[in-house]
Amino acid sequence: MNTLRLRDCGLFRLVALVIVPIIIVVVACNQGTYYSAIVSTFAINVLLAASLNLVNGFSGMFSMGHAAFMAVGAYISAFLTLTPTQKENMMPDLPQWLTNLQMPLLPALIFCGIAAAIVALIIGVPVLRFKGHYLSVATLGLIVIVRAVLDNSDGFTNGPRGVTGLPALATPPVIFLVLIISLFVMFRIIRSQYGRGLIAMRDDDVAAQSLGINLVSKKISIFCISAFFAGVAGALWGHVQTVISGQFFYFTMSFKVVQISIIGGMASLSGAAIGALFMTFVPELLAPLESGFTIFGVTLPSLYGISNIIMAVFLILVIIFRRQGLLGSSELLLESWFSKETYTSLFKKSEYKKLLGALKPKPRKAKSKK
Amino acid sequence: MSAEYIISQLINGLRLGSVYAIVAVGYSIVYGILRLINFAHGDIMTIGVYIMLLFMTSTGMPLWSVIVVSVLVSVIVGVLIERFAYRPLRSAGEEATLISSLAVSTLLQNLLQMIFSPQKKAFYLPDFFTQQHQFGIVKLSTMNILTFAAVIIMVIALTLVVQKTKIGTAMRACSENLDASRLMGIKPNQVIVFAFAVGSGLAALAGLMLAGEYKTIDPLMGFVPGLKAFCAAVVGGIGSLYGAVAGGLVIGVAEMLFAGLMPTSVTAYRDAFVFVVLIVVLLFWPNGIFGRSEGRRS
Amino acid sequence: MMMLKVDNLVVRYGGITAVDGVSLELEEHETVALIGANGAGKTTTLHTISGLLKAAGGKIFFQDEEITKVPAENLVARGVVQVPEGRQVFAKLTVEENLRLGAYLQKNKQVIRANHEKVMTLFPILQERRRQAAGTLSGGEQQMLAIGRALMSNPKLLLLDEPSMGLSPLMTQQVFDVLLELKKQGMTILLVEQNAYEALTISDRAYIMETGNITLEGRSSELIHDPRVKDAYLGGDL
Repeated sequence: MNTLRLRDCGLFRLVALVIVPIIIVVVACNQGTYYSAIVSTFAINVLLAASLNLVNGFSGMFSMGHAAFMAVGAYISAFLTLTPTQKENMMPDLPQWLTNLQMPLLPALIFCGIAAAIVALIIGVPVLRFKGHYLSVATLGLIVIVRAVLDNSDGFTNGPRGVTGLPALATPPVIFLVLIISLFVMFRIIRSQYGRGLIAMRDDDVAAQSLGINLVSKKISIFCISAFFAGVAGALWGHVQTVISGQFFYFTMSFKVVQISIIGGMASLSGAAIGALFMTFVPELLAPLESGFTIFGVTLPSLYGISNIIMAVFLILVIIFRRQGLLGSSELLLESWFSKETYTSLFKKSEYKKLLGALKPKPRKAKSKK
Repeated sequence: MSAEYIISQLINGLRLGSVYAIVAVGYSIVYGILRLINFAHGDIMTIGVYIMLLFMTSTGMPLWSVIVVSVLVSVIVGVLIERFAYRPLRSAGEEATLISSLAVSTLLQNLLQMIFSPQKKAFYLPDFFTQQHQFGIVKLSTMNILTFAAVIIMVIALTLVVQKTKIGTAMRACSENLDASRLMGIKPNQVIVFAFAVGSGLAALAGLMLAGEYKTIDPLMGFVPGLKAFCAAVVGGIGSLYGAVAGGLVIGVAEMLFAGLMPTSVTAYRDAFVFVVLIVVLLFWPNGIFGRSEGRRS
Repeated sequence: MMMLKVDNLVVRYGGITAVDGVSLELEEHETVALIGANGAGKTTTLHTISGLLKAAGGKIFFQDEEITKVPAENLVARGVVQVPEGRQVFAKLTVEENLRLGAYLQKNKQVIRANHEKVMTLFPILQERRRQAAGTLSGGEQQMLAIGRALMSNPKLLLLDEPSMGLSPLMTQQVFDVLLELKKQGMTILLVEQNAYEALTISDRAYIMETGNITLEGRSSELIHDPRVKDAYLGGDL
């Protein structure tokens, strides 16, 4: 039987997946700094996980080094957006021209992405030929190497003390603008000829090679593209926090991105949004457990780290029981966002009829779908 | 730079290398059978240390019995991790277990932070261990001697187990061909549990050596040394007992010489140095320096 | 007594059905061949019987007990032993260690010694090579080791997967001579082979398998003259 499903109605998709989220975001951002900070973090998490998915979900490699590219982006952004006086104080060894250079955030983001991509290229050429586990460990090594450089180049990075006083330029509208553009670009990439080649390589590299796909250039290019967006996300992160230092861009950060990506579903860009939703808001809900709280007159002791523990257990359960992540490889979200039909549906009569048809109560079937 | 300084640096390298070697052996035997990088392995080391601290400070138990308890607890934790986080993923592919081990590592680190607080704690061994002994120009602490002895005993004992016992032969069979081993009636799960138990017990001992040297411990202390030990196992040729030991010693000595002989502006890169060594080694020897190419893997 | 009974077996890999409703039977002391081209599903059938693969449908009985869901490592103790395709001896272990692993579940030292002696009489070459790593043996010697290793566990039913694969004609002959000897001693054998002529010569009965189904079955002595078999598996010139 071919019943009309709600999700097939352009209009429903417009309302549920586009308008409602926009309203929620706008309302949340106006609820004060606490909420707007969470929403910003969420959006950056989406960008991070989606860009990681390009490599881990669509190319068949498994990188864990995203924090390294974030760090590059964040520091380059500091170079480009701080005032000359700030730079003279914290980064005395910068060349004069760079000290004097100061630009707005949006153009700076492009340079952040490019810098991260260049680092990815330098590390990728030797490392991407490694197979499986060795590649993963090498990307962890990249984090260690970048951290060591940051902590030890005092004249450029202010060493382990980090850089303070970054301008808080990354407001929610800026972040969401960058996020939407980035997602659109990534979505076009995976839906292009190039992206199909990538998926072919993931599914069967030998067969892909025999079809004339150049594995090496594919692997390196997607690694660089992924790093580009990680660099952009890192820069945004820096401008939200206004303080950056090497210790932030270490294993914990990298694993968190991996975790978001897995929970949402590595093989889906939309999965990043779902994963980020989970990983941003659930820990916030669990936060009272961390500091200890009183319920019915009983004071629970503070359980430092409990939310990380719960999320780790959740990750193990996901990997055991739903290995493809919550969203699998579905792209419903992004498809709705980036297809014309979603928006033109507003002006089509037939769409309203379709929606009514789908909303009409159906004869109740037994609930078991199996 | 005096010869004595170089020698003492060399000894420090061998000591650190011994710790890596002991941890690397655990990585290696598990990886040999399951093709799993157990990221939580380094954290088992931390658990062992905290158990020791707990029993040393809260009971008057003699040190040797504290060590036994800590090894036992670590073995139990290691086996439980295998049972609940890795066994359900036996047929799921390398990536899934890798992720699971990452989650376990996060879990253990946070659990330790929750129970013992994230702050550093002092960890003192009795004076007996820090006593220095002079052998010509070579100066060794009791701890140094015990560490070297532990590595030698471990190598001999594991060689005997692997070569002479039934479970050891089964282990070698499993790491070569899991399906063919099942056709012999070998239960892979038994062998895998055994491998985890051995690896975890050794990790606890390595933790003791590491903590004795640093004199402070914290819940995250095991992760990076664990990662370096994995590098050591890979450098030596993963899956091989002697490769893991050799790799551990090579990495340990290289790291200490790097830290001790290079100008101070560079020495802060010693953690990064280990990974650079790993990447360089893998570029020239994809199977590690002492490893042979893996033949079959079906 | 009925040794093995496979009833309407179905095996799938992901979405692909590799074995689609196969039924076969083995009496005690019988040698039965399962013949077919590459990809017909013979090895999959064998792996499912020996418990390396899981059946998606159908049932398998060994000596009237259902063993459909029993994993490989537990079947060995019951006497069902497979000699895997391509030998799969443990290359880094010595010949002696390989044989010892064959007797992994055997606790009784006397039984082990007796089996060991039996294997050594059957394959004198293994006696000479005892201390060598199995990987250094020739293909034929490895096949003998693989069979010897299986015999160490005192099997009641021997499952052989392509024992002639990759062997020279001379070696193939030697391996089949050994199988004939085992058959004379009363062993029950299920033999999967692409080498149809040899398999039909040595077996009592045979099943012909094509794309997941049994298409023909009967006495080997008759099948070897069957024109359909001749055309498809024996080559026109035979």
